[in-house]
Amino acid sequence: MDIKDIMKPENMVYSKTPVLTSTTMHYCPGCSHGTVHKLIAEVIEEMGIQEKTIGISPVGCAVFAYNYVDIDWQQAAHGRAPALATATKRLHPEKYVFTYQGDGDLASIGTAEIMHACNRGENIVVIFINNGIYGMTGGQMAPTTLIGMKTATSPYGRDPKLHGMPLKITNLIAQLDGTCYVTRQAVHNAAAARKTKRAIRKAFENSALGKGTSFVEVVSTCNSGWKLSPVAANEWMVENMFPEYPMGDLKDR
Amino acid sequence: MAEKILMKGNEAIAHAAIRCGCDGYFGYPITPQSEIMETLMEEQPWETTGMVVLQAESETSSINMLYGGASCGKKVMTSSSSPGLSLMCEGLSYLAGAELPCLVVNVVRGGPGLGTIQPGQGDYFQACKGGGHGDYRMIVLAPASAQEMYDFVDLSFELAFKYRNPAMILSDGVIGQMMEKVELRPMKPRWTNEEIIKSMPWATTGKTPDRKQNVITSLALDAAVHERLNHTLIAKYKQMEDEEVRFESVQCEDAEHVIVAYGCMARICESTIEMARKEGIKLGLLRPITLFPFPKKEINRLVPHLKSMMSVELSTGQMLEDVQLAVNGRIPVNFFGRLGGIVPSPEEVLEAFKNSINK
Ligand SMILES: Cc1ncc(C[n+]2csc(CCOP(=O)(O)OP(=O)(O)O)c2C)c(N)n1
Ligand code: SF4
Ligand SMILES: [Mg+2]
Repeated sequence: MDIKDIMKPENMVYSKTPVLTSTTMHYCPGCSHGTVHKLIAEVIEEMGIQEKTIGISPVGCAVFAYNYVDIDWQQAAHGRAPALATATKRLHPEKYVFTYQGDGDLASIGTAEIMHACNRGENIVVIFINNGIYGMTGGQMAPTTLIGMKTATSPYGRDPKLHGMPLKITNLIAQLDGTCYVTRQAVHNAAAARKTKRAIRKAFENSALGKGTSFVEVVSTCNSGWKLSPVAANEWMVENMFPEYPMGDLKDR
Repeated sequence: MAEKILMKGNEAIAHAAIRCGCDGYFGYPITPQSEIMETLMEEQPWETTGMVVLQAESETSSINMLYGGASCGKKVMTSSSSPGLSLMCEGLSYLAGAELPCLVVNVVRGGPGLGTIQPGQGDYFQACKGGGHGDYRMIVLAPASAQEMYDFVDLSFELAFKYRNPAMILSDGVIGQMMEKVELRPMKPRWTNEEIIKSMPWATTGKTPDRKQNVITSLALDAAVHERLNHTLIAKYKQMEDEEVRFESVQCEDAEHVIVAYGCMARICESTIEMARKEGIKLGLLRPITLFPFPKKEINRLVPHLKSMMSVELSTGQMLEDVQLAVNGRIPVNFFGRLGGIVPSPEEVLEAFKNSINK
């Protein structure tokens, strides 16, 4: 059989969502960012909300998220995305507004912005990529870095006496009355990615229902920062990150 | 007769915002300007014009809320006083870099640090020379009355949108707290979303099939692209210098000496001029209304007929440097300033002026 006979619409089992652009991603092979982008794009397509969705990109490796997801975007200063999202959603209540933030962005420099946006119960979606490191700036320690983990600024391993304990910010967010849905997911295998996609969809649906802030943490790999191959990074994450950041819903109301 | 109401300069800002079709105010309390948000909260404009008013968790957040709102093509504003403005400088740089229009009101108090809650004019450098990082400028308007506090809100929005650039009202504790009669201008409706989509094709209004995605960013990692962005900005600032200079001139035409003063100090110096004239001293007053763009050309025009100029400020001499640059060494440029919230009397300024020309 010729390849042309096989490549027919009726034989198609998968195609890239048009909401994902064809631009080659700048992410390192094995990085979770690209997978999460794809899931967001698919949810936007499936919900038919491309015209109604505004994304806020962070400072971090995902700063260029706008090159990959074909919607209107605002690129925020480091940590400030929830403030942009607050105003955007309040001035455009009919829109779907989401922020996409790393752990340095959300859990360090932007803690005030995220806590208060969540506490006000802004009807926005927050996608939180927790890879336990500052990917973009070359692998420095993040507030979420595990104890003993070696990074560029904790070369002997994170020492709690020096740096405090890993910040489980998602647990704090779940305490806030403004949040309606707080969940922790991952994308290291197909089953996990499917669950994460369901979580993202639920988060977007919540914002239309006006239930408050939906917060989806994705425990992620930064194989370059961790200095591991993509496969080894996934294994390391399951072994070391998951016990500290357990999977599942922290809140769903 | 148009309605005239007695109100504080700060209250005038709030009423002007509601009446000129502002879409959103985001702020954080600080003396001496808290009446702006207090008045807005009391007026509840979300019930009438639909204007959003929100108390943010910090000035850092307020200015970034402006970034979000302005990205949507909405008329958004904040107000604060000196320490708050320092926190906003990061955001202002991003707004300027992303070419976003917005209005920031600074009712200046004395600094540095927590300083004093009394009036000051020590934020001139921060307002006019950047404040945040990188090569950028803001349009800076300096009101000298409660009426100008009111009128400059609409004017600032007009200029901010004309240039897609942040505009600032640089006021001071005197003008903010002083009560004067203010004429309320006719109500202007807020722009509809359709109007915004039409007149601001760059705004993040939702990507429709008929256009490419809109991305608001100040990031340009490509060297050539980044240099081009800076040249685009500089071209705008140049155009502002050509087209937007505003000033008021009081008895400058036959003057031998001219005082340059803005905001509350211009009000004081008006009386100084009158007193000097009674004594036969040919003294004039140049009041810059736009601090950026600065009325360099007007100073240049006046200098050949003058013996001296004097900058009078509630600072240690900041606008002074712009006067000196414009005068370029041709005549003496003197300075008089008070600090700590001490506002000098017209007599004190006259005395200082006389000393300056007799030294
Ligand atoms: C005000 C400010 N401080 C510091 C930086 C430098 N910086 C850029 S990205 C980043 C950390 C990003 O880490 P994270 O948010 O975890 O994102 P990741 O790259 O890991 O996805 C830092 C510190 C900056 N751009 N702005
Ligand atoms: S540095 Fe880390 S977070 Fe950034 S793209 Fe590479 S793997 Fe991903
Ligand atoms: Mg990170």
